[in-house]
Parts: sequence; C-alpha cells; structure tokens
Amino acid sequence: MSRDENKLLIDVKDLRVSFDTYAGEVQAVRGVSFYVNKGEALAIVGESGCGKSVTAQSTMQLIPMPPGRIKEGSVMFNGKDLTKFTDKQMESVRGSEISMIFQDPMTSLNPTMKVGKQIMEGLIKHQKMSKQDAKQKAIEMLDVVGIPNPEKRVEQYPHEFSGGMRQRAMIAIALACNPKLLIADEPTTALDVTIQAQILDLMKDLQKDFDTAIILITHDLGVVADMAQRIVVMYAGVVIESGTLDEIFYDGQHPYTWGLLKSVPRLDTQGKQKLYPIEGTPPDLFSPPKGCPFAARCEYAMPICREEMPEKTHLSKDHFVKCWLQHEMAPDVENPIKKGRE
Amino acid sequence: MSEKKLEGRKNIIEVNNLKKHFKVGKGQILKAVDGVTFSIREGETLGLVGESGCGKSTTGRAMIRLYEATEGEVIFDGMNIQRLNRKELKNFTKQAQMIFQDPYASLNPRMTVGDIIGEGMDIHGLRKGKERMAKIYELLEIVGLNREHASRFPHEFSGGQRQRIGIARALSVEPKFIVCDEPISALDVSIQAQVVNLLEELQEEMGLTYLFIAHDLSMVKHISDRIAVMYLGAVMELTTSKVLYDEPLHPYTQALLSAIPIPDPEVERSRNRIILEGDVPSPINPPEGCKFQKRCKYVKDICREKAPELREVKPEHFVACHIVK
Repeated sequence: MSRDENKLLIDVKDLRVSFDTYAGEVQAVRGVSFYVNKGEALAIVGESGCGKSVTAQSTMQLIPMPPGRIKEGSVMFNGKDLTKFTDKQMESVRGSEISMIFQDPMTSLNPTMKVGKQIMEGLIKHQKMSKQDAKQKAIEMLDVVGIPNPEKRVEQYPHEFSGGMRQRAMIAIALACNPKLLIADEPTTALDVTIQAQILDLMKDLQKDFDTAIILITHDLGVVADMAQRIVVMYAGVVIESGTLDEIFYDGQHPYTWGLLKSVPRLDTQGKQKLYPIEGTPPDLFSPPKGCPFAARCEYAMPICREEMPEKTHLSKDHFVKCWLQHEMAPDVENPIKKGRE
Repeated sequence: MSEKKLEGRKNIIEVNNLKKHFKVGKGQILKAVDGVTFSIREGETLGLVGESGCGKSTTGRAMIRLYEATEGEVIFDGMNIQRLNRKELKNFTKQAQMIFQDPYASLNPRMTVGDIIGEGMDIHGLRKGKERMAKIYELLEIVGLNREHASRFPHEFSGGQRQRIGIARALSVEPKFIVCDEPISALDVSIQAQVVNLLEELQEEMGLTYLFIAHDLSMVKHISDRIAVMYLGAVMELTTSKVLYDEPLHPYTQALLSAIPIPDPEVERSRNRIILEGDVPSPINPPEGCKFQKRCKYVKDICREKAPELREVKPEHFVACHIVK
C-alpha cells in the first residue's frame, strides 16, 4: 500500500528525540519520518540502539521526560498532532486509539492485579462500561486471543500464566478497546519459536478481523517477512531505506540493508553458506558522525560519505534510500542480494 | 566451505544416559535432563537445540562438571569425569572450557581484561611473567581485539567485544573441547555473524570440538555438523544437520522447523506452518511415556505408556518416536 491521504492513519515527520544525560546529549532519533495507512502492517527494523523503540514510544509520548525530550517534528494521528497533546489528552488516546504491546510480558503486566481487571481497566475508563459488561468483554477478549478457560483465567494473576499466555493477555489488553493502531515492540523476542509462531498467527488474524494497523518493531527479518507489508530500516537514529516488503528483500539498495540480509543464515538453503558479518559496531550517538552514519562500517564508502549525509533517492512510489551510491557519479556496485537470487 | 569428514574420527566425549534432577521442595523433583545419550567426535560441532527449559544448558553444564550428574556418566578421553580425583579434575578443566551466554554477567567487572584472560593460565601454572603477557596479547589478537585492550575493564567493551574476551579466556588454557552455551543469543544480528565466523575459524586452526547450545535453529544449522533436538529433558532426534533439515522425522522436529520464519517474503507466503498447540509442559513431574505426547497430533496409546528409545532408523539418523518406522 502506498501513501494515500484518505487512508493515512499516522504520519510522523522529521521526529528528533534526545536524552539529556550527565555525559551529554544522546541523539537517539535524528529526523525520522514515516507513515502508516489504515489496516497496514509496517515493520521498523534495525539493531539495538538504532532508535526504533524510542521512535515508537515517542509517538505515544511514552518516553520519560526528562531526561528525554522531543526536540522537533510532528506526529499527525487522524489529523491531530500528538506531540502537542497534554498528558490528559494523551491518556484518552493511549489504550483506546493507539495501544502498545511490549517485549517482556512479565514486566509489563501488573503482578498484583488480576489479568481480567487489567483488561477491564481500559474498557471502564475509555468506553465507560459498567463493571459487569467490562468483565464480560474481558472474558470474550481472552477467548479471542486463544486462552482456554477464559472464565477461570480472568480471575488469575499474571504469574499463573505461561510466557506465551502472558503475551496473549497483553494482546487482549491492547485490543480490548479496538484501537486503530497497535505498536508491537519486539512482541515475540522473549518467546520460544513454537510459541512465536502461535502469537504471529494470532496477530495476523486479529489484524484482519479488527482492521488494526500495526507498527512492528523487530530485528528478526524472518518475522518481518511473515508479518509486514512495508519496511523502514533504521540505523543510528535515521531512516536509511524504506519500501515494500519485496522491494527491501529483493531490491534493497542500501549496503546496511544488504548486510542485514546477508549476515543471517537461512534455514532453507542447501550446503554451507558463508556469513557476511558487518564489521565494526554502530556509532556513538553522543556525537554522531556528520556524514552517513554507516560510512565507517560500509565497504563501499567514498570520501563524500564521511562528509555529508545523502539525500533521499526515490526509486518507486514507496521505495527510497539514502545512499551516495545512488548518485550519478558514484561507481556501479553489484547488488549482492539480487545476485544471490539469480 | 566443504563438509567435514567425520567418519572414523574417535569420540572425544561420550554421554551415557545422563540425568540431572533438581529438588524443588515439597518432595517434587524437576527432571531437567532425563536420560540423554550422545557422543561428540574430535573436531566436530554438535548443535544442541530446543526451547527454553528443555534441559540443553543443564546437559552442557553437567558435561563439564559444573553440575554433578544425578545418574549416568560422561566419558571424556576415556575417563569418567564423575570419578576424577583433584589432580585429574584440574587436568580435565584445562581441557574442557565454556563460553557463556551473557557477555555482561560472565566477566568480572573488577578485573582487567588481561587478568580475566590470564586467570586460567595462573591457576594451571602454565605461563608466568613476560610469557604470560605475550600469550594474552596473542589471544587478544586472535579473537580480533588488540593488545592495548589488556589493561582495560569489561565495561569499556560492547557486547560483541565482550564475547570475544570470553572466547579468548576459554582458549587461554588450550582446551580440546568447548561448551558454547548460547554464545550469540545476546548479540545483535550483524555482530552474531562476526562471532560465529570467529568460532569457525578457531575450530579449523586449532582442531577444537564444540558443543553448540542454542535456540536459534538457523544459526545452529549453519555451524553444526550434527544436531541433537531436545524436548523436556530428552533427545528426540539426532542426525547430521543436512538430514535434520531435509528430512526431519520426529513430529516435534518437524513442528520446530516449520515454526521458524524465513527471511524471504516469497517463501513465507507459500509456506504451510505446523502450529503446535499449547506450551511446553513443566519438567516437574513430566508425563509418563513420550515427553511430547501432549502436543503431538499423531499420539497413540503406546506413546502414553512407554517412553520411546532413541534408535537408529537410518545410518547416522537417530529418532525417539514410536510412530516413525
């Protein structure tokens, strides 16, 4: 799905987020723009510290402020700028319009509160339901997310649930008020693969049934291939490439995207493949480099890369990349992911 | 890379019916490892995979006597490691080393990197003074760090670099066998490949034998010669990594492989996934009979009565299942 003003749900423009620490200012997010259409699943991929979680949390104003602060940018949701919202106004959005599920279901559920009550909380607050109705709805939600014996389970505490069931309960809480956007921050990273398969299946079904848009934050490209329609690749606080699923996997243009795709072994290939690691480590965000942040690790880096950040090059409606290799004076480089497929 | 020839190599370590049970109070017993048998040949990498709580780390730890086994034996180089005297045990710990999962928790924050790497040599009285420092510098360079790093402390390093320090420490006593307990799970994808390539290079140069424990099956397939799949304290299937992925026979292996998302949208769109119902049962009072019966769709009466033995159904292909012929 490409950008369509009628279907646009959330539009993030030039978002900049910093954290003030004793050691100085950490520029975690340095000018990020992306959008999500209604009912669409967008994946934000990148390594730890690339700013993907901070980006998602800032859209809901969930970063602790201070030390964090949104320096610049706008988050347009249904035509309103969320960065201008007061705490009170945000409260009416969180849980009802935008919900979030987190990586670790144990630390994000309240251990002293019954699971049922945690689902009812949002329903009573946002939809002004009575206690009885809310409880009925909580039982229904537990059933929707595939928890057996929901009547019994609403009365239980999170520690009585297994890891996979806690994640299901989190999804039930997040979807109870039928939000338009679900932000899933590494929703399956803490789970085993067989449980991950269950949760991903559930999320896909719910996306269809409730027509919820999803922002999926992950580093697992397998999960992305399974879930997302579009991808945003982040590195050191900036978006370096974005496009549809196929455009990134089969026609990705940024050397970092290539590196991500080539450094993971695949289950379905014959014989031994060589892994191509990305040498070095991501830059320090206290003083980000002035040129392209990936230049220091990039095997194709040219002098210009260390001097100036490349502009966007649009390759299709959805696909853009920020890389000097796209410049007409740059040398031709064979695309290693395309080559591998032929 | 060509596949290694493994036939005719002698076993460096043999595990026979190994059991490790923990008392968890109220008379209950957690059967973390419940009768595991396999062997590893010299220069080989055996992958040990399974979901959390299946006993793979406990097996690895019991194999180098970080845990005392409840039952069964581990034979290293012809010696039963449970029956070693002090001197023999010291010699054994020199030959069998471990690389841990968490590169933050496994390095002493108050020691310099040089001392962390040198500690093993001090304990075994291998090298002193200049010779010791020279070895530390050499090891740092082997693992891709440089000699200036010896005087620094662990907190100054990134996760990938710390894992390299952990590898240098394991190598310092010139071991033959290394247990790698999820050495890359805590690392970022781009860094994982660096560490895996390093482990492979070291194996080739030094003829090391690895037990590679992980839950990431794609990485295990990449690094291992043979793979053992564990479930609830028992080995379900054991064969070469190629055969395991091409023709998995055990219903659990099939489900596990099918659950792994493949980073290729076209493949993902056309895949039929086997989704297992429910969770892994608790290893406290596990079911009688086959451990996998509660989630297996082919379950028969015999599965509930008798635990299947691990038997060789084809050359080099072992399966513990009543259904597989």
